[in-house]
Amino acid sequence: MPARVITVTSGKGGVGKTTTTANVSVALALLGKRVACLDADIGLRNLDVVLGLENRIIYDVVDVIEGRCHLHQALIKDKRLSELYLLPASQKRDKSAVRPEDLIKLCNDLKPEFDFVLIDSAAGIEEGFRTAVAPADEVVIVTNPEVSAVRDADRVVGLIEAAEKGPARLIVNRLKPGLVQRGDMLDTSDVLDILAIDLIGIVPEDEGVLISTNRGNPAAFDEKSKAGQSFRNIARRLSGEDVPFETFKEQSGLFGRFSRMLRRDSSHRSG
Amino acid sequence: MKSPDDGIIIKGSREGLLITLGPGAWHIVLSTLETRLTATPDFFKGARVALLVGPRKLVEADVRAARDLLARYDVVLWGLMSDDEETQHVAAVLGLDAQLPQRERPEPRPQPVEPAISIEPPQPIEPATSHEPIEASIADDPEIGLVARRTLRSGQQLRHPGSIAVLGDVNPGAEVVAGGDIIVWGKLRGTVHAGAMGNDNAIVCALNLAPTQLRIAQYIARSPEGRRRKPTPEVARVRNGQIVAESWEVK
Repeated sequence: MPARVITVTSGKGGVGKTTTTANVSVALALLGKRVACLDADIGLRNLDVVLGLENRIIYDVVDVIEGRCHLHQALIKDKRLSELYLLPASQKRDKSAVRPEDLIKLCNDLKPEFDFVLIDSAAGIEEGFRTAVAPADEVVIVTNPEVSAVRDADRVVGLIEAAEKGPARLIVNRLKPGLVQRGDMLDTSDVLDILAIDLIGIVPEDEGVLISTNRGNPAAFDEKSKAGQSFRNIARRLSGEDVPFETFKEQSGLFGRFSRMLRRDSSHRSG
Repeated sequence: MKSPDDGIIIKGSREGLLITLGPGAWHIVLSTLETRLTATPDFFKGARVALLVGPRKLVEADVRAARDLLARYDVVLWGLMSDDEETQHVAAVLGLDAQLPQRERPEPRPQPVEPAISIEPPQPIEPATSHEPIEASIADDPEIGLVARRTLRSGQQLRHPGSIAVLGDVNPGAEVVAGGDIIVWGKLRGTVHAGAMGNDNAIVCALNLAPTQLRIAQYIARSPEGRRRKPTPEVARVRNGQIVAESWEVK
């Protein structure tokens, strides 16, 4: 069966598109799927860094499109997983170097050899976004539980619907269970209330993700990481498994109660 | 709202307003259009417009004049629909769309194959037209309402000279502008402007009325700050010079 092309996008920048793309790609490959991940953020290349493959780049996606190399020469095999490949973005060029039809052709060439093609999109709703969405069979939208990110995600959901690429599915990234319980952060249900699209994953805030990202070793490899577990669950849901959604409330219940107690204590003291 | 009988017909659509211009010399038609723009600037401000010009032949300067006129009222011209080939060419030169985006319409239900023994073919439960996208049901008469059977998301805009009913939510960042009433069968959290052509008898009602901003004619109101109790259907209208929201009760 040819690969499913999944574009990861968000509207707002900095919500964790690249981290999500890297981790979900790794998690899919851990499930034994053949995965190609494609960095479509031309000019702001960083999927390779997150995957720890930067020093292996010889050719990039623009080289393939402009015929300077074959597709297979540009595909970088992951150093840990034999079924994971990366097609890096160009750092020297900008968004205009890749047209939507170029990316469609590229994906068509990748499809027979893979189970999944994941595309990391540029932030925004301009050219780079449109190019990244053009070849998509499915779209995954990453958002954070904050009003500005949800607003942008809503805009993107509308654009995806208009492009008839929908219905998009949602990943709520960097949820802080403690804040939610105190009513200081949007809950997943608040986000879904606005966006009204299917949820495919909730990823808790986890410092480990930042550390592993900086080291080029995605959290999905880490058995103990909570965020890594969430990314692995997302991969299983993408492959069609019915995995119940994690409830971070219970895990943080004790902690939450404890911290509330502390807060109450300190407010007594100060009052 | 009664529209003047000046040969100009304005309709709402998913792509923006569609303005049909009647026959007559171009500069006269444009000045009639300007009269309309001047009469209700609030309604047009920020709109996206396509002009339907019929079989008329237009040169580039004509279209530029129309575009500049609209731009003075903060209206963006995005399309020029004409039956004339040269005019279509001019539209293309100026980067305007020459036709409305094609929407995929579901195929009409195939007729059942005539059986050898003639029996009454089963009637389809619904007529095929009921599956057509909402905009297809817009009547030429602006007094007839526009029904949007979808959720309006951030950045999306709906504008119609008559009344608008949204069967879905109006999300924050979305905008609905109507010459008449606005009815939202869902959560209203975006910005709405009813009676945008000056009708302060217009009302806005929603199952959950929590707009970012609500305008009726020249009046502007915001939702009260803070969390609301259980949402109930409400209707907003102008009373004694200000917008008030009341719960929707059958008296």
